[in-house]
Amino acid sequence: MYNTIKTPLVHITRRKDIVWYRAWLIRILAIVLALILCGIITTFVVHINPIEVYKTMISGNFGTTRKIWFMGQDLATLLIISLALAPAFRMRFWNLGGDGQALMGCFGAAACMILFSGSVPNWLMLIMMFAAALFCGMLWAVIPAFFKAKWNTNETLFTLMMNYLATQIIAFFVVVWENPKGSSKIGIINQRSRIGWLPEIGGNKYILIIIVAIVLAVVMFIYMRYSKHGYEIAVVGESEPTARYVGIKVKKVILRTLLLSGAICGLAGFLMVSSTNHTLTTTLVGGRGFTGVMVAWLAKFNPFFMILTSFLLVFLNRGASEISTMFGFNDSFGAILTGIILFFIIGCEFFLNYEMHFRKRAKKEVE
Amino acid sequence: MDNKTPVLQLRNITKRFGDITANEKVDLDVYKGEILALLGENGSGKTTLMNMISGIYFPDEGEILVNGRQVAISKPEDAFELGIGMIHQHFKLVDVLTATENIILGLKEKGGLDLKNAAKKIRQICDTYGFEIDPAQKIYNMSVSQKQTVEIVKVLYRNADILILDEPTAVLTPQETEKLFQVLRNMKRDGKSVIIITHKMNEVLEISDRVAILRKGRYICDMETKNANVQELTDAMVGHSVTLNIDRPEPLDPKPRILVEHLTVKSQDGVTKLNDISFEARSGEILGIAGIAGSGQKELLEAIAGLQPAENGHVYFVEDNGEKEDLIGMDPLKIAAKGVSLSFVPEDRLGMGLVGNMDLAENMMLRSFRRGKSVFTDRKYPYDLAEHVVKELDVNTPSIATPVRKLSGGNVQKVLVGREISSAPMVLLTAYAVRGLDINSSYTIYDLINRQKKNGVAVVYVGEDLDVLLELCDRILVLCDGKVSGLVDGKNAVKNEVGLMMTKVGGGAANV
Amino acid sequence: MFDIVAFIPRAVVQGIPLLFGCVGETITEKSGNLNLGTPGIMYVGGICGVIGAFLYEQKAGAHMIGFLAIAIPILCCLIGSLLMGLIYCFLTVTLRANQNVTGLAMTTFGVGIGNFFGGSLIKLSGADVPSIALSKTHAFISATLPFAKKLGWFGKIFLSYGFLAYAAIAMAIIAAIMLKKTRAGLNLRAIGESPATADAAGISVIRYKYIVTCMGAMIAGLGGLYYVMDFASGVWSNDAFGDRGWLAIALVIFTIWRPNIAIFASILFGGLCILHMFIPTGTNLAVKELYKGIPYLVTIIVLIITSLRNKRENQPPGSLGLSYFREDR
Repeated sequence: MYNTIKTPLVHITRRKDIVWYRAWLIRILAIVLALILCGIITTFVVHINPIEVYKTMISGNFGTTRKIWFMGQDLATLLIISLALAPAFRMRFWNLGGDGQALMGCFGAAACMILFSGSVPNWLMLIMMFAAALFCGMLWAVIPAFFKAKWNTNETLFTLMMNYLATQIIAFFVVVWENPKGSSKIGIINQRSRIGWLPEIGGNKYILIIIVAIVLAVVMFIYMRYSKHGYEIAVVGESEPTARYVGIKVKKVILRTLLLSGAICGLAGFLMVSSTNHTLTTTLVGGRGFTGVMVAWLAKFNPFFMILTSFLLVFLNRGASEISTMFGFNDSFGAILTGIILFFIIGCEFFLNYEMHFRKRAKKEVE
Repeated sequence: MDNKTPVLQLRNITKRFGDITANEKVDLDVYKGEILALLGENGSGKTTLMNMISGIYFPDEGEILVNGRQVAISKPEDAFELGIGMIHQHFKLVDVLTATENIILGLKEKGGLDLKNAAKKIRQICDTYGFEIDPAQKIYNMSVSQKQTVEIVKVLYRNADILILDEPTAVLTPQETEKLFQVLRNMKRDGKSVIIITHKMNEVLEISDRVAILRKGRYICDMETKNANVQELTDAMVGHSVTLNIDRPEPLDPKPRILVEHLTVKSQDGVTKLNDISFEARSGEILGIAGIAGSGQKELLEAIAGLQPAENGHVYFVEDNGEKEDLIGMDPLKIAAKGVSLSFVPEDRLGMGLVGNMDLAENMMLRSFRRGKSVFTDRKYPYDLAEHVVKELDVNTPSIATPVRKLSGGNVQKVLVGREISSAPMVLLTAYAVRGLDINSSYTIYDLINRQKKNGVAVVYVGEDLDVLLELCDRILVLCDGKVSGLVDGKNAVKNEVGLMMTKVGGGAANV
Repeated sequence: MFDIVAFIPRAVVQGIPLLFGCVGETITEKSGNLNLGTPGIMYVGGICGVIGAFLYEQKAGAHMIGFLAIAIPILCCLIGSLLMGLIYCFLTVTLRANQNVTGLAMTTFGVGIGNFFGGSLIKLSGADVPSIALSKTHAFISATLPFAKKLGWFGKIFLSYGFLAYAAIAMAIIAAIMLKKTRAGLNLRAIGESPATADAAGISVIRYKYIVTCMGAMIAGLGGLYYVMDFASGVWSNDAFGDRGWLAIALVIFTIWRPNIAIFASILFGGLCILHMFIPTGTNLAVKELYKGIPYLVTIIVLIITSLRNKRENQPPGSLGLSYFREDR
């Protein structure tokens, strides 16, 4: 029949503006929905009621003082790496190499501990470790940055491959520095002498990294928001032609920002080796460089929001791992829940940027 | 003319984008075998209206009738099926495909992909209407006019009976325009209906049978072209009489300021964009640059501003005392510090010069953020400057903290030009400063430029509209294919001669 | 001595998962979708196949029917990867989310799914076996032509593979022909270059993106299946698939978006991955670890070389990574 008019069912338009509380409402709703779905799925897998699931998750994070400190340390490590990545992403440089950069930081610190232990005083050792960790992290970040700046080489895959290269290099040295022989790992380094171990604050080895993370979040916020460098990063990220037009040296900014990124990742590595773990393995960073991408992106590169997003992901992961241990499953359950919550948060952006108009006339035509 | 049959009827069409009403209650009829000119200023809603007929947008209200039958055109396919084809201002062609591939793209013909057969059919269409294209040529190797031809053939290949052309002559030389009009007449003879969107009066009079006028999204009136005159059309289009005269004060004590000698610039893939260009820009004078789009205007300004590396030649900055300094190879920052200021309005407006997601103050900061030794940016100065520009140039914005991408085109341009002028430049390079602006905003910009001229600034004005160039500029440099085709005096220049120079170096016989 | 007759078949079996991934990602990218979730999809494809095969082996016991033993894992694999493709499409095409972030989230999710079910399948299903070793299914899927062994080196190099390996090569050739010679391929290329143009030409951009991306996901998923069922003899071990998904994505760039080149490129990369087994290092285990880094180093070099080439035809699809919204002006 040619007099029936086919109006599109849903008509989507770009939103002009959204009031802040509505935006937050949508985001919180998405997270709540995701948590509900996570609860349902968990219920199906382990056959306990949903309330129990959430309880277990909470107790996995906050159950004991020890767990709280663990979580704090986990959170701080993830936050530092995310903070490292944020300025690069602000510049639209997809640095997926956080893992490799942090791992190389660990390597630099651990190498100093192993090679120079006994020959230098502790304070000098710590300085050397710090310098070596930062240097290695920066090196691992600046190589892809150089090629990106020079020939626009695809940085996403480049930084990713650098992760694997870092892993293989560590694997090489794990064999070389194996201790004790035949264990195929490097045990706790300098367990007796504690050379190269950062002092514990108030008898707690987790406080330091947490303090560093908080300070870094504030500094990064100021750097990105108020400094000239931060402004340049924003301009390069928004529009490269404009940056060149006002005389910003794009290549220089790319290199400088990635040096910063790498240095902070290196710092994270230094803290992991020197303050909390005192060892070197290929999985020390544990994919945080990858998760950090999500943390930074979900927070729209705002360091303070990144505290929230990294908390969310750490909470889920630790909660899931608590459930896994309780029921004898492996740790990957956390990755599934993380994935689900990410899908929801990523998807909800749509409702912040677009409006949907449903067909209005439909009813009238029926009548 | 009595037995005219309407092939397309629009009734009460309304379209809104957020708070902006692009079209309000528009009625329009198109008849078989006529050329209808759709006349209106930029921003009057012509393109939006036509986009609704071709399925790009869907109207919020109103109905469309094709051959007397009510239809819903919710996607471009629907338009094709109804025999409607639109040639957009920005060509919808895929650069890496050939002409043939582009033409048959999206067709739902039976059978497999048969490029040979398609090429044959394309040649037939070309012969019928008088086009010249090579079906196997890749789009990125084509000139603008060739691309347009591909677009038209594409529509004809789909047996369209109603053709809509959105400002087809904007990118063509007068000669190419003439050729296009001949083709359009051939189509009309063939019984096809043609709608041509334009704001150029002479074209309306030359090609159309009937003219319909839109103003601020509303339908105003339509009339037979043979009964219309320029004044009447202008009044209907603008709403009130405007003086078409642009001020041109006598240059005061012009002195050489920029001296370009044998400048050659190549693009990254090695194509020569500027070939041995030499000229002089003087203080207190407006030097116009005319040429078909893509003749090297962009490269020329960018080379002066230090954004394009030069293959060969010199660009001298001349001080009042006659001292010369070569700008080639100099850092863009240093060139800007000398007082050379570039305001370039690219096609997408925000591509260069402004950052869409940043607010007005942050955009003002682009030029000033380096000031001072502090590692932090000074936020007060750009904020004050933004307020000043908003007030001075009458920028319509909700606040200083509004991202510029949310402003309308004219206001964006005012922000850009306002910032560039604020630095009290010695040389002002502007390109397409009035592109996409309504008449009032355009005049504000001309005024601004003239004020700079009176202050002794050497202005280089790259423009698209020949009429404006002829009225505004003291001298006009014509570029053709990267070469200097001629230099004429603004007051004595004849439009047709300039047009010829644009197509052929030296302007062919006209220059003898 | 370097044993070429032993080397080539091993390079091929290493390369086949990469080839699946690369072909799937290539057609996906041709539609303008940069799917960084491919590594996750390959995990999901693999584990779904494992789950299907596991349940069937449990159920059928000794009376397995060849056809079902092959069809069930493949079908499960395709369904799993299809779902992943749909998630990606829904987020990036319908909801226009950022493709990079969506892809990374999918990889996290997919690898999680793979490792979780791989590690917990026995417990979940309450089966009475010590580990997942689907040797029977492996025997069906990796069956070669009976006379292949009699043909000496020729049989070894060309005929010693399971049918999925030939399917991968066939799929690459079909994809190449589809892109170059068919109407759908032309439409697809246009969408990837400029969705607005394709849309204006009346091509349903969203439908194409959905179909092609889901097809790409399914092809990539088969790579995961091939890896477990054929290459790894039906034994799933967590994280064993490793980074092959990322190498597959890198291969897309290396092969300048041409599936036919991917056949040779993936085998070449397969060879690089196992080179460390063929370079004599004696008892020095540490150096072997360094040799394992060769594929990544080569990938980096390839990326750099590719970025140096500037020919117009060799560039990525113009709209790669960007979401399309018709009313954006």
